[in-house]
Amino acid sequence: MRRLPARRRLAALAAAALVLPAAAACGGDGQGDPGDDSALVIYSGRNEKLVKPILDQVEKAVGTKVEVRYGDSAELAAQILEEGDRSEAALFFSQDAGALGALSKEGRLEKLPEKTLGKVDPSYRSGKGDWTGVSGRARVIAYNPDKTAKAPDSVHDVTGAKWKGEVGYAPTNASFQAFVTGMRVLEGDDATRDWLKDLKANGAKEYANNLAVLDAVDSGEVSLGLINHYYWYERVAEKGDDAVTAKLHFLPGGDPGALVNVAGAGVLEGSGQSEQARKAVDFLLSEKAQTYFAEETKEYPLAAGVDPQTEDLPPLDSLDSPEIDLGELDSLQETLAMLQDVGMV
Amino acid sequence: MALAGVASVFALLPLGYLAVRALERGPGYAWELVATERTASLLGRSLGLTAVVVAACLVLGVSLAWLTVRTDLPGARFWSVLVTLPLAVPSYVAAFTWLSAAPGLAGFTGAALALTLVSFPYVYLPVTAALRATDPAQEEASRSLGLGPVRTFLRVTLPQLRPAAAGGGLLVALYVLSDFGAVSLMRYDTFTRAIHTSYRASFDRTPAAALSVVLVVMTVLLVAAEARTRGRAGHARTGTGTARPALPAALGRWRAPALAWCGAVTALAVVLPLGTLGYWLAAGSSATWDPARLAQTAWATLGVAAAGAALTTVLALPVGVIAARHRGRAARLLEQTAYAGHALPGITVALALVFLAVRYAHPLYQELPLLVAAYAVLFLPVAVAATRAAVLQAPPVLEDVARSLGRSPLRALREVTVPLAAPGVAAGAALTFVVCMKELPATLLLRPTGMDTLATRLWTETGAGAFAAAAPYAAALILLAAVPSYLLGRHRT
Repeated sequence: MRRLPARRRLAALAAAALVLPAAAACGGDGQGDPGDDSALVIYSGRNEKLVKPILDQVEKAVGTKVEVRYGDSAELAAQILEEGDRSEAALFFSQDAGALGALSKEGRLEKLPEKTLGKVDPSYRSGKGDWTGVSGRARVIAYNPDKTAKAPDSVHDVTGAKWKGEVGYAPTNASFQAFVTGMRVLEGDDATRDWLKDLKANGAKEYANNLAVLDAVDSGEVSLGLINHYYWYERVAEKGDDAVTAKLHFLPGGDPGALVNVAGAGVLEGSGQSEQARKAVDFLLSEKAQTYFAEETKEYPLAAGVDPQTEDLPPLDSLDSPEIDLGELDSLQETLAMLQDVGMV
Repeated sequence: MALAGVASVFALLPLGYLAVRALERGPGYAWELVATERTASLLGRSLGLTAVVVAACLVLGVSLAWLTVRTDLPGARFWSVLVTLPLAVPSYVAAFTWLSAAPGLAGFTGAALALTLVSFPYVYLPVTAALRATDPAQEEASRSLGLGPVRTFLRVTLPQLRPAAAGGGLLVALYVLSDFGAVSLMRYDTFTRAIHTSYRASFDRTPAAALSVVLVVMTVLLVAAEARTRGRAGHARTGTGTARPALPAALGRWRAPALAWCGAVTALAVVLPLGTLGYWLAAGSSATWDPARLAQTAWATLGVAAAGAALTTVLALPVGVIAARHRGRAARLLEQTAYAGHALPGITVALALVFLAVRYAHPLYQELPLLVAAYAVLFLPVAVAATRAAVLQAPPVLEDVARSLGRSPLRALREVTVPLAAPGVAAGAALTFVVCMKELPATLLLRPTGMDTLATRLWTETGAGAFAAAAPYAAALILLAAVPSYLLGRHRT
């Protein structure tokens, strides 16, 4: 007679399955009402944990209700393209220049006012003037001072015998891939493929993401790590100065390993919310928001006249980053083909 | 019949979208995208991974099912519950915990390991049910004719388990083909990962759609192969024999190895992921805890997963009944269309629904009903497989009796077949509920703005590198999904 209770339990479960959705529908939040045309809808490819506090303030700055949809930058861009001109998104806040470039290429972004564009150095915004960088992120080499006194001055050095098995990197990470794209633009495909092959042949270790690379440097598993600068500052903020062994080295001489990429924003064509969206971009470039990025996400503010408050963070204009048009970083497809070719992804 | 039609329309939606997108720039361009060496190599990698995972799942699923149902294994009931719990572990969580324990596993080995350990219950559950339902008399006859336990198992028991094992194996195969989380963390390039990469790198939907069509073709071939394996075997006892549990086989000196086997599988599939999460929970400060938000998210997750399971089950019911009771070409086609969406990556299905909803059902766009519909498209096969198996075990002769007593076909179905198949159908609903809870990519794109599920919170927290903050959501997801998994483990037919 064991079968009865089991059957009853499953029946109860099935009944719950029918009742719960109704309950959830009633108890669910009333947000996301598509009928609410006055709300400014932001698609954010930047992580909620990082940018929610500042996006929450957009509402006050713009003067209308704001709804934020968080997701993955690339997937949200694909979603906006699939939604076409019926998209509810008025502003796209992207984690990288590539996704913005894709929307720009399809003509989905509006040109921004000169006043807005004027706040940001031309090298950190679209040549077409239809998106702008909001915060900057520099590629750096993290090193473990217990294992090496000095980090190399070029990514070309890390493929040398001295660093055999001592370099960590995250090949699936978008920032690493943007850096490789940058190297292709700066030095050509052949040189870049050779460098990647040498890196792999030199026993460089692959990690899942930048934080894992940083942890590996910190623990001495490897001596060097190719990462973005803000991961180190986040770790220091989280664990305290003493608990982080790794140090950062900003590369001199316009080395491809010193590429500065951006997270940025663009206003979508035909949302009927252009004015509010433009105001929101202005807010993201305001001193308040820029200071937030400097202090909370440890990125470089890009609006003129805002200085980073973070100790130890070298000023953006002191960095010797390579001269490159970020709009040219859209050949990611070729980079991925190359990474697949050499067996890194 | 009308419902079956609705179900197949549902399942075919993504295919229509794929056709539109893939052929956007002409069939020549689509063919050019697909007919490359890389496609062939990715196909090989995907199929290789699928073959290894399915084989491993068959070994794990069948051996554990036999040990827990047909032997005097100590604590059989306890083990039968434990080995269904891995169902509650999302593939990305399994891959992550394995990677943090042994980074060297990345690649084929790690992907195969993580996928096997989360998906072998798809084989274990139907095989257990089949073992309980088959008449032990044949095995006893075999033993009395002098065949040893091993040969009896191979020659008598195993053939009877073939349909159940093949059905489970098919679900595993489709799961592996569509998985993105584990292969991506393990950095093993498969077809689905290439589709994701294609969206990510170029935002161009044509190549991704063209590649997805190849996945659909693969699904159709797999489903057809499974149907062949299944053959024409009838599963219901046709005689008047009474249900009688089989006498458990004495394990004797094999008791210790058998226990070690169950223990090892449990340790790898259940204890390791939970242990890693425990570590992260302990490592996190109290600041990372937000019980109110956790509870709210858990409640929302239960709601959408339950709605998804309910809709999927309702749609699967007619398809399963027709698949079990009819042998015609139309019935086979209907069942096969139900599988179409299952091997597709979640993002493809999600973008298909974005495309269709924005154009033809705008008021529903980014509302709960659309998310629930997406779950139905993605997980229809899970419920169809369970329903079909359950209906197959309800003796058709009873329906015939009902018909001969003047009941209409529909009434016979309602009064005879459905009650008999109900536990199996409910088990299918529970299984669908679990997979809906774990779903990520479609949920990210289709959820109402501002709504979160445990899976999307997990994604948010790990995206910010906050593993400690992610751990409570992962733990809640596993614990909640463990409830229906537990019931499935206890489920006796």
